[in-house]
Amino acid sequence: MTADLRTDTQHRTGGVRALYSGNARAVVARGLLATRSTNWIIVLTGVFEPVFYLLALGIGLGSYIGGVTDTQGQPIPYAAYIAPALLAVSAMNGAIYDSTWNVFFKMHFGKLYQGMLATSLGPLDVALGEISLALLRGAAYGTTFLLVMQALGLNLSWTALLALPAILLIAFGFASLGMGITSYMKTFQQMDWIAFVLLPMFLFSATFYPLTVYPEPIQWVVQALPLWHGVELVRGLTTGAIGPAMLVHVGYYLVMVAVGLVFTTRRLRALFLD
Amino acid sequence: MPAPVITATDLTKKYKDFAAVDGISFEVAPGESFGLLGPNGAGKSTTMRMVGAVSTRTSGDLRILGLDPDEHGPAIRSQLGVVPQQDNLDTELRVRDNLLVYGRYFGLPHSQVAKRADELLEFAQLSDRAKAKVDDLSGGMKRRLTIARALINDPRILLLDEPTTGLDPQARHILWDRLFRLKERGTTLVLTTHYMDEAEQLCDRLVVVDKGRIMAEGRPAALIREHSSREVLEVRFGSDRNEGAAATLAGVGDRLEVLPDRILVYAQSGEEALVEVTKRGLEPITSLVRRSSLEDVFLRLTGRTLVE
Repeated sequence: MTADLRTDTQHRTGGVRALYSGNARAVVARGLLATRSTNWIIVLTGVFEPVFYLLALGIGLGSYIGGVTDTQGQPIPYAAYIAPALLAVSAMNGAIYDSTWNVFFKMHFGKLYQGMLATSLGPLDVALGEISLALLRGAAYGTTFLLVMQALGLNLSWTALLALPAILLIAFGFASLGMGITSYMKTFQQMDWIAFVLLPMFLFSATFYPLTVYPEPIQWVVQALPLWHGVELVRGLTTGAIGPAMLVHVGYYLVMVAVGLVFTTRRLRALFLD
Repeated sequence: MPAPVITATDLTKKYKDFAAVDGISFEVAPGESFGLLGPNGAGKSTTMRMVGAVSTRTSGDLRILGLDPDEHGPAIRSQLGVVPQQDNLDTELRVRDNLLVYGRYFGLPHSQVAKRADELLEFAQLSDRAKAKVDDLSGGMKRRLTIARALINDPRILLLDEPTTGLDPQARHILWDRLFRLKERGTTLVLTTHYMDEAEQLCDRLVVVDKGRIMAEGRPAALIREHSSREVLEVRFGSDRNEGAAATLAGVGDRLEVLPDRILVYAQSGEEALVEVTKRGLEPITSLVRRSSLEDVFLRLTGRTLVE
């Protein structure tokens, strides 16, 4: 298999010129037009899910919970503790929805990419364009949620403003990796595995309680997952607990973006430009 | 003679051990209408995908507009119009938006694409459906929209893979008319088909392809003259009596071809052959005299019919 891949790359000597025409914006424009004319209501519904969690768990259940602290040990209200986690989750959800199910349908049923790749677009244009769309959606969800937090008084520091670029990065990471993974999926059953992985990640990534409740080996597992880095990054920003560990979180997402882009591009080329 | 726009030399595409395209060579001149005729699975679509720079060759050489598709995919594709075998219109967009968005994929400016989209809707006889949803169009309309879309970048070569397969006769004739107009305007057409009438109507020159190889090449009329008689008499005796009748018919016309449902008698004059058939005491259930077609050429070359 590795040998095959190697000859494959040697055979195609076109390099970036064969993969990219610098026109990803045409793919984004297409996506916006399609969203506007068909499914913007579905897009809207996704905004509410984390808001419901915030109201039920943060405000409702949270009134019974005390003694929560931020990453630097300062006591904060429970709602202010979980709100940034839900903010990271909303960015993730928006990005994942567009980059998994939507991409899956376009790839296997709509034949959209086949049509795109018959033009001067290259696979990297398509990957960047589609990932940007997913990123936009994640950013839209995140921004809305950030405004809800502001209205409820859950942003404890001016650094909450920096949560905006942070959720962009989180959405970019999940969109990029999500599309990369989806490009390997062939059946609906395989797609269900994505949801199967996402739910426990949502529940256990220090979303609703601190990482310290877990025994050490479990902590390592959680710290390896992308959402934990997103949650910690955003929580630090909205609560004002800034620290050097944040650079690690940012680095984690930069790697995730790069890996996702490489896999998606390679896979689109294998699928549609064999 | 001007430089060819497509040059394939010993072009081969293998999937594992199976050779879908097995060493074919051909050239297409600018403005020419070139066809690949053959049954399903002959390797036509694979060839088209390689020519369309969306599939890499296993071996051999290929030049599209002088460029190697392995290295210059986007540059070549920007000069091509592609009509795939199955429509892949963007069903999330409306009719006119399909053209606008597709034009943007080529990086063309909006104003230019908008003007061209309106001209092409006119050409495809879809101006009144500009705002319709793609799913509400008939099969023939979708096909015409796909062709209009393929023309949005004013391509130097238009590739059509089975352009009228699955269309009703009326829709086919409308489509042929449109393609014929393109041909008259000097657009280079490369099309695959397993319909002999389509090949005869649209192609200046064609290759007959079977099992990934070229069996014959030439102008439709020349191929027929070379590989078949002037006329064909088709006689049917009922499925279990064809074999027996064939024995009695030996020597009538130039050549006999016994198919499961009928016998083909190749002759200079079909009428005279029919007289001979009845002289020999045979009474066919039905008989038909027609001119030889590419179907007969294919049958002669491969021993099989085109549409099975």
